[in-house]
Amino acid sequence: MSDAIPITEEAVNAAVDAALTALDAAESSADLKAVRSEHMGESSALARLNGQLRNVPKDQKAALGKLVGQARGRVNAQFAARQQEITVVEKAAQLKAETIDVTAQASRYTPGARHPLTMLQDRVSDIFVGMGWEIAEGPEVESEWYNFDALNFDADHPARAMQDTFFVDPVDAHLVLRTHTSPVQIRSLLERDLPVYVLAPGRTYRTDEIDATHTPVFSQFEGLAVDKNLTMAHLRGTLEHFARTMFGPEAQIRLRPSYFPFTEPSAELDLWHPTFTGGARWIEWGGCGMVNPNVLRAAGIDPDEYSGFAFGMGIERTLMFRNDIHDMREIVEGDIRFSQQFGMVV
Amino acid sequence: MRVPLSWLAEYVDLPEGSTPESVQEALVRVGLEEEDVHRVDVTGPLVVGQVLSFDEEPQKNGKVIRWCQVQVAPEGATAADGGDAVHGIVCGAHNFAPGDKVIVTLPGAVLPGPFPIAARKTYGHISDGMIASARELGLGDDHDGILTLGSLGLDAEVGTDAIALLGLDDTAIEINVTPDRGYAFSIRGVAREFSHSTGAAFRDPAIRDVPSGLSGVDVRVDDAAPIRGRIGCSVFTTRVVRDVDANAPTPTWMASRLRLAGIRSLSILVDITNYVMLELGQPIHGYDLDALAGGIVVRRARDGETLTTLDDATRTLNPEDLLITDDSGPIGLAGVMGGDTTEMGESTANVLVEAANFDPVSIARTARRHKLPSEASKRFERGVDPAIAAAAADRVVELMVRFAGGTADDRGSQLDTSTEVPSIPLPSGFSSSLIGVDYTDAEERSALEEIGCRVESSTGGLTVTPPTWRPDLTDKADLVEEIARIVGFDRIPSILPVAPPGRGLTRAQRARRAVADALASAGSTEVLAYPFVAAESNALFGSPSDEPVPAVTLANALDARAAQLRTSLLPGLIDIAHRNLSRGITDQALSEMGLVFRPEPGTVYGTIELPSGTQRPSDETIASLDAGIPPQPRHVAVLALGNAIAKQPGQPAVPAGIGDVLASVAQIGLAVGVHIDVVQGAHKALHPGRTAELRVNGTPVGFAGELLPDIADEHDLPRVVAVAEIDLDTVLSAAPEVVATHSILTQPAATQDLSLIVSEFVAAGDVLDAVREGAGDLLEEIRLVDDYRGSGVGDSEKSLTFALRFRAPDRTLTAAEASEAKLAGAARAGELFGAAIRD
Repeated sequence: MSDAIPITEEAVNAAVDAALTALDAAESSADLKAVRSEHMGESSALARLNGQLRNVPKDQKAALGKLVGQARGRVNAQFAARQQEITVVEKAAQLKAETIDVTAQASRYTPGARHPLTMLQDRVSDIFVGMGWEIAEGPEVESEWYNFDALNFDADHPARAMQDTFFVDPVDAHLVLRTHTSPVQIRSLLERDLPVYVLAPGRTYRTDEIDATHTPVFSQFEGLAVDKNLTMAHLRGTLEHFARTMFGPEAQIRLRPSYFPFTEPSAELDLWHPTFTGGARWIEWGGCGMVNPNVLRAAGIDPDEYSGFAFGMGIERTLMFRNDIHDMREIVEGDIRFSQQFGMVV
Repeated sequence: MRVPLSWLAEYVDLPEGSTPESVQEALVRVGLEEEDVHRVDVTGPLVVGQVLSFDEEPQKNGKVIRWCQVQVAPEGATAADGGDAVHGIVCGAHNFAPGDKVIVTLPGAVLPGPFPIAARKTYGHISDGMIASARELGLGDDHDGILTLGSLGLDAEVGTDAIALLGLDDTAIEINVTPDRGYAFSIRGVAREFSHSTGAAFRDPAIRDVPSGLSGVDVRVDDAAPIRGRIGCSVFTTRVVRDVDANAPTPTWMASRLRLAGIRSLSILVDITNYVMLELGQPIHGYDLDALAGGIVVRRARDGETLTTLDDATRTLNPEDLLITDDSGPIGLAGVMGGDTTEMGESTANVLVEAANFDPVSIARTARRHKLPSEASKRFERGVDPAIAAAAADRVVELMVRFAGGTADDRGSQLDTSTEVPSIPLPSGFSSSLIGVDYTDAEERSALEEIGCRVESSTGGLTVTPPTWRPDLTDKADLVEEIARIVGFDRIPSILPVAPPGRGLTRAQRARRAVADALASAGSTEVLAYPFVAAESNALFGSPSDEPVPAVTLANALDARAAQLRTSLLPGLIDIAHRNLSRGITDQALSEMGLVFRPEPGTVYGTIELPSGTQRPSDETIASLDAGIPPQPRHVAVLALGNAIAKQPGQPAVPAGIGDVLASVAQIGLAVGVHIDVVQGAHKALHPGRTAELRVNGTPVGFAGELLPDIADEHDLPRVVAVAEIDLDTVLSAAPEVVATHSILTQPAATQDLSLIVSEFVAAGDVLDAVREGAGDLLEEIRLVDDYRGSGVGDSEKSLTFALRFRAPDRTLTAAEASEAKLAGAARAGELFGAAIRD
């Protein structure tokens, strides 16, 4: 060290002041880096003063060592504090700079949708499964025996003609597109052990031209319970529970006398709810009744030992008044905008 | 059935203030559902006027009109339209004289049409109203002139409201009659039901004194071929009315009621037969007696016989058809429609009235065979009360005497072979056990008696004989329905039955929901197409190859061009895609799950002779019924077109292609717990270079690919339409009941890349499988990350890069161990496909 500066308090303070002034002036990590190199690096004044310590007389070594050490300590502490301040500011600035428009972000996901009919069918099924019932199924091209004969439709009965049935060619093969989900009643009674509590949802067919209230392809759900000692009171109880689970505790049901070949007594089922579009009112919902003894006989069940009840509703119709849909064509024609109103919820 | 309320009121007391709605409400309670309300669409002022005088004025067009002065209000009074008591009216008809009373529609009135009446200038006069004809008032087809009160046998003061006078203020309710209630196709039946509902007094119009011991008309029933053992005709009553005036006017009240009931007024004789049919439910046929040749025989048709019916159609008869014949041959299709040779016409002077009872099945078959659903057949099919034929015939005679000026003849016939209605035992407690209401004995008895049953006490219950008009009551359950209905369904309590513990959804049911949810979550929109398709569509999509595809064909399709049931879901999806596209939806991902109909080649389906529905068929019969039903597997299909990902800021559009439907296929596999393998495939409807066959454990389960561009073009779809279809039932049958697992290793992993050069014709999936096989158990995962062609790689070669992750169960793998495994994988690919490591 040729131009050695003697270690004096003035010299030390001057070096410290210069370093602190420079730190105060620093505004970025780059500034700090420069300050560090100039005032804290190997060639800085403080470093040089520190270097001189080995040349000072022994008796002054402790005092001067403390003087320089404290000076360096002050500078280091100030550096650390300044570095922290600048880091905070700089991180904030970086985050601010990274701001994006969250309303203009690309999505790599395309929203899909379930069809409301199948979702409603699932919903109805779940209510009955919750009551311990099971979901039964059958073919859509069905033998006339299951679709008519076993359901107490005599071959010449006018009720058979009123069904507007699609027949499979050749007609004498006696195959039809099922006109209702009722053939599943017979299949369930033939296949299952008694007692039977099943719900049969599915597609059904009649030769109606499509319009706002008709479609040749539609869907129903049909309930059947056959057990000992079942009465029409159990039918009412089941329908009431179902209606209230589906539509809320204010829902009411009403039975009106009617006729179906496969039930005796038969009834029309009306549903009342205060929040239907058009105000609180009764809406025709479906048909029901006590299983006709002839139907039980066709399934080999003794009507003196067992009795049963059955009911059936249209899923399209239910969807229409539940979700305020006015034209059945919207349900069946496959416009994706229709399903997308529902997304994953009916 | 349409029921004019004035008519109903003749046989049951309608409460004060009854409205069509209140009557319908009462009928609904007993099971006759409301359909509609019909009114005669005439609004006034419509008054009785008197022609004071007229001038005849020839016109240039050759017509002679009459300029009439008509008194339409009493002298000095104001007319109903606010005008003078005398109106000047132009009239084209000539069938009246000064002094005649007529029906005048004054300005402001509206006639059926609607046809509003106003004062208007015509033939050089201001015609201040119109003198009405029967046709203009909707009272009939007669337009040979205007209505005069005299011709109607009526008289009333000038200025009297003619709407009430003519019965034009009547209203008809329309109700839906279920097939078990044939008797309700009559005023008689509906009045009875109204009485059941309200307790109002019922007067049975079928209870009348009828002459007994009629003879002189020779009638014979000769049924050589009863259907199902039932003789075709059990009752045949005839009466004779002489010297009728076939041209007498139909009373306006009768014409008005017929019209409200939906039946046109034709002529007095025909109107009376229709009127009595509506009133009592007994179809009536009237013959021109002088056109009959000899006695009447009711018999089945002979082969080759023909009959020209009243609708002028000549019909070839079937040996099952029941006929009314005389010496000339067939003169009527029994219970369905009469023949033209004995039709009552303008010159008919003497009438033979027929009131008969025919077997419902015989009539139903004939009506259906000849496509002749008539008012008569509709009633016979559902069952007509066999006990009222004589009363109905007598009512016809009464009306023909009164309104057609005829004379009742004592000739006639009364053939009756109808049998007693069998009684039904009703055990006590049975109705309560079926309905859940504790009916008292008195309640049961009174309900049954109210509907006309004869009820006797017997040991253990009641013995009930249903009334003749209720052929539907054959079982004790039928009687219980009547008790429940008459007492009221509102008495039935509400009890929730407790089902035995259920097993929840089946595996297949759960899997289907999972598939539907997975596809929707992955961006597909679920649709439900009709299953009706054209034969060409089935031929194209039903099979990948050219072998013919059997399909189910409908005998009575709504659209003859789409008469088959689908063998594939794709035609339906393509139609729906086209519909959406035509509505401007250019990016689509569709999915459908549903049954397809796939008869096996060479199998004949169906059952010619069905078993009876009255008892359980044998197990063999049930098995053979089921074997006769064509297989209907559940498929799932997807379709994608346009962009899979739309253009967005910083995101170029990603066009949909086979990759998207393969992703859907993977989703389906994931949802049901199987891995669906993808291999290069071929399908005649799909792009030959862009078709994948889908397999599970080696079994084909479907196809994925892009439609042949020509097919897309034929359907007006864009060039790239990606589709996939899977037989979900087959996939499900391969799915494991329970998911198999292995333990998750936690030792550190070693990752390496491997680039292999192979011929461009080798499938990457095959190379990947080979590497996996060769690398052995240490390989935990392998993914294809690049498929490179170009400089550094030979012509017709490609470089495939795989990312491999290795892991050992028990130690940290060294790089050397991982490399060794990788090289073993490469070696296997080399062996099988000539793959070489790219340096």
